Amino acid sequence: MRRYILIILFMPFMVIGQNTSAKASFKVDGVCGMCKVRIETSTIKIKGVKVSKWNVNTGQINLIYNEKKTNINDIHQFIADLGHDTDKIKAPDLAYNSLDACCKYRDPLVVKDHQ
Amino acid sequence: MKIYLSIYFLLLPLFIASQNNITGVVFENNPSNNQMALPGASVYWMDSSEGVVTDFDGKFSISNTGSYTNLIISYVGYKTDTLKIDNKKFVKHYLNPASNLDAVTIRSFAKSTSVSYLSSQNITNVSSEELLKAACCNLSESFETNPSIDVNFTDAVTGVKQIQMLGLTSPYILITSENIPTIRGASQTYGMSLIPGTWVESIQITKGAGSVINGYESISGQINVELQKPNADTPLFLNSYASSMGRLELNAHYNTKISDKLSSGLYFHVNSNNQLNDGNSDGFLDSPLSEQINVLNRWQYTDLEKGMVAFVNVRYLTDEKQSGEVDFNPGLDRLTTNYWGSEVNTERFESSLKIGYVNPDITYQTLGVQLAYSDHDQNSYFGLNQYNINHQSVFSNIIYNSIISDTRHKIKTGLNFNSDVYKENVSNVSYALSPDGNSSQAINQDIYNDRSEKSIGAFFEYNFDNLSNLNLTAGIRIDNHNKMGTFLTPRFHLRYTPVEKSVIRFSFGRGKRMANIFAENQNLFATTRLIQLPVDDLKSEDAWNYGISFLQNFNLFNKKSEIILDYYYTDFDNKVIVDWENPFEISFYNLIGKSFAASFQSQFNYYINENIEFKLAYKLYNVKTDYASGRLAKPMTPKERFFINFNINSNLNDDGSQWKFDTTFNWIGEQRYPNRIPENTTSIIPIYQAPTPDFTTVNAQLTRVFSEKFEVYLGVENLTNTKQKNPIVGSENPFDQGFDTTFVYGPIFGSMYYTGLRFKIY
Repeated sequence: MRRYILIILFMPFMVIGQNTSAKASFKVDGVCGMCKVRIETSTIKIKGVKVSKWNVNTGQINLIYNEKKTNINDIHQFIADLGHDTDKIKAPDLAYNSLDACCKYRDPLVVKDHQ
Repeated sequence: MKIYLSIYFLLLPLFIASQNNITGVVFENNPSNNQMALPGASVYWMDSSEGVVTDFDGKFSISNTGSYTNLIISYVGYKTDTLKIDNKKFVKHYLNPASNLDAVTIRSFAKSTSVSYLSSQNITNVSSEELLKAACCNLSESFETNPSIDVNFTDAVTGVKQIQMLGLTSPYILITSENIPTIRGASQTYGMSLIPGTWVESIQITKGAGSVINGYESISGQINVELQKPNADTPLFLNSYASSMGRLELNAHYNTKISDKLSSGLYFHVNSNNQLNDGNSDGFLDSPLSEQINVLNRWQYTDLEKGMVAFVNVRYLTDEKQSGEVDFNPGLDRLTTNYWGSEVNTERFESSLKIGYVNPDITYQTLGVQLAYSDHDQNSYFGLNQYNINHQSVFSNIIYNSIISDTRHKIKTGLNFNSDVYKENVSNVSYALSPDGNSSQAINQDIYNDRSEKSIGAFFEYNFDNLSNLNLTAGIRIDNHNKMGTFLTPRFHLRYTPVEKSVIRFSFGRGKRMANIFAENQNLFATTRLIQLPVDDLKSEDAWNYGISFLQNFNLFNKKSEIILDYYYTDFDNKVIVDWENPFEISFYNLIGKSFAASFQSQFNYYINENIEFKLAYKLYNVKTDYASGRLAKPMTPKERFFINFNINSNLNDDGSQWKFDTTFNWIGEQRYPNRIPENTTSIIPIYQAPTPDFTTVNAQLTRVFSEKFEVYLGVENLTNTKQKNPIVGSENPFDQGFDTTFVYGPIFGSMYYTGLRFKIY
């Protein structure tokens, strides 16, 4: 029996400190699957971001992040610097221009093409 | 029985409901009107963040928490559609491919068998569509169109088919039903024939070491069976099947939505065969007489808002098989030497509960609980040999999923508790030369093997995904088992994509299990062999599996093609050797020396268009063990196999009608007979020095779909009428030394024709 107890104790119960987790959801402009990969893989690498999912159809990004390690304004700025407009910050032209042709969401023709 | 029922009814009130659920299926709208399901399409409500993704068959189920009316369906490469949903419960929608400025059409179609490109494990998914290609009849026959799994007869009388993967038979494969281990212990031999084919929604085949979550038992791989889900299956489904061998099958599914959150499904299967077949005139039936009744009731509870999903399953079955000499009458001849006959009667009850919880606020946190109980009872005799086993099994599992720092680092951890209680007894009759040397005398062996096995364990699995070209899973579990002690089971998988469209996989892992020598080798009873058990105890089996796999996707003449190469090596530290080399004995002993199984497979898949699919595979095995008589290849296992599958469908018409044709060609190489020459024999039995001949088989099936509600199929197994001439050794003297039904290398029955129909009511 002692063995069983030892095994149970051995089991690595994860400490989950959820108090610092914040959720955010806002609009990020983008048009295609490539945008999705760019937005998700870049934002997840921000220190403190735990979950990042962007919906190509609604343009909505859903984030879970640690408030102690990052803040929502920094995340907006980061995404804008990637070249994607958020509902708070417009992407700098330099960043926008560096996007692939299929990702040019400001071009109505490109947008229409993806509909 | 009363207890089961009361537990069952106590659980029922757990399901309370209050919301709307809409299910549906998404197809591609193509000019040829092909019903091409779109997996991975997004389905969501307008002005909400609530959305789901369609599954492998294009099916989805979405709850309507707000009173949304506009449902949006979109998919990359297709035009996004918005549907008005008023009172509809079921949506069937065709998406139009998007044509872009350069007028390049993006064509995409779902493959009915597909190897995952993203997972770190080597998993092949077999969809329900693939399972319809070879319509007969139960799980052991569901792999006819899949080259990774080999299906062989275990003996020439009981009609039992055994599956093999990587050169190792089913005890070394973990077979799970919705991730609950199901075909193990007492059900090892007959269990596959107790899962009706139409109940199976899809099958996932994992080659090599599996995940630590499912336990320590898998050695060469894992086969997981997903059953029909009450809220996704058609409300009413009927299937009947009849073959020229006299096999009749009937399947009925009835699914109903009790409320928006609760669905229930009742699945009924019955099969029987009372036709006496003796095509090779050896006086023995080629296929058993049988009767099976199998009932499954499932309850599915889904509350997406609260993140709860639950399943309750209850299943009961009885199965009766009679085989042996044509003139055998069980009432008169049972356990006599009048005629050789066998009856195997099985009764099984099982129930399981699964609960999944996703934290709606923190979606990366999920908790899963699985509880399963089964009681398997088999009473049987084979000639004068009797074998009875009762196996009660409890399986429980708690899994917690979360992340470390972000979703690139996922962890799974949890606990298992399993218990297996066996009551097993064997009464075996074998023959030896009498002291005067003129006649043979019977030797009776009675073996009681009641035992109880318990284990408790904890597991931890870490997954890293860099979201582009690298995905690795490292898992470890620690278990304490009352027979095997405390041990660690590490497993590791890695997927790397060096360039686009190619995937390299690497895996290694340990597996450990207790052998059930009689339950796994029941074909020994259909012989008059003497059972030789070792003086010391049989140790637990312990093996390491290493694998490497390469997948390359490319375009050949502008058509999608795939090449898959894989090599797996299983190395046993200990194995319970089943030694058939002496024709009058079967010996079980612990491995001294080496035992390994090396398997190489190369496969080429060619998708000419969404209607024509071509698969070609070659396999090479090197399976060797150090027997008491030296290192030998595993008997009755082909070293080589060649496989071709071709599938062609006609264009889908507006009224939903279509023709479908599928054919499979198999070439099975030479196999080795166990052939140590015995010293004292009374009967002159053939001693096989030469290997078995190689042979080919061809199966084909034609399906006529009249509408989405009704279809008829007609097929043939073993079109070329390939037959093993004398599958039973000593059939003239079944109650003497040398009688053996296990030297089966090929089909016993010649060509077999079958027909059936499927009827769906929406």
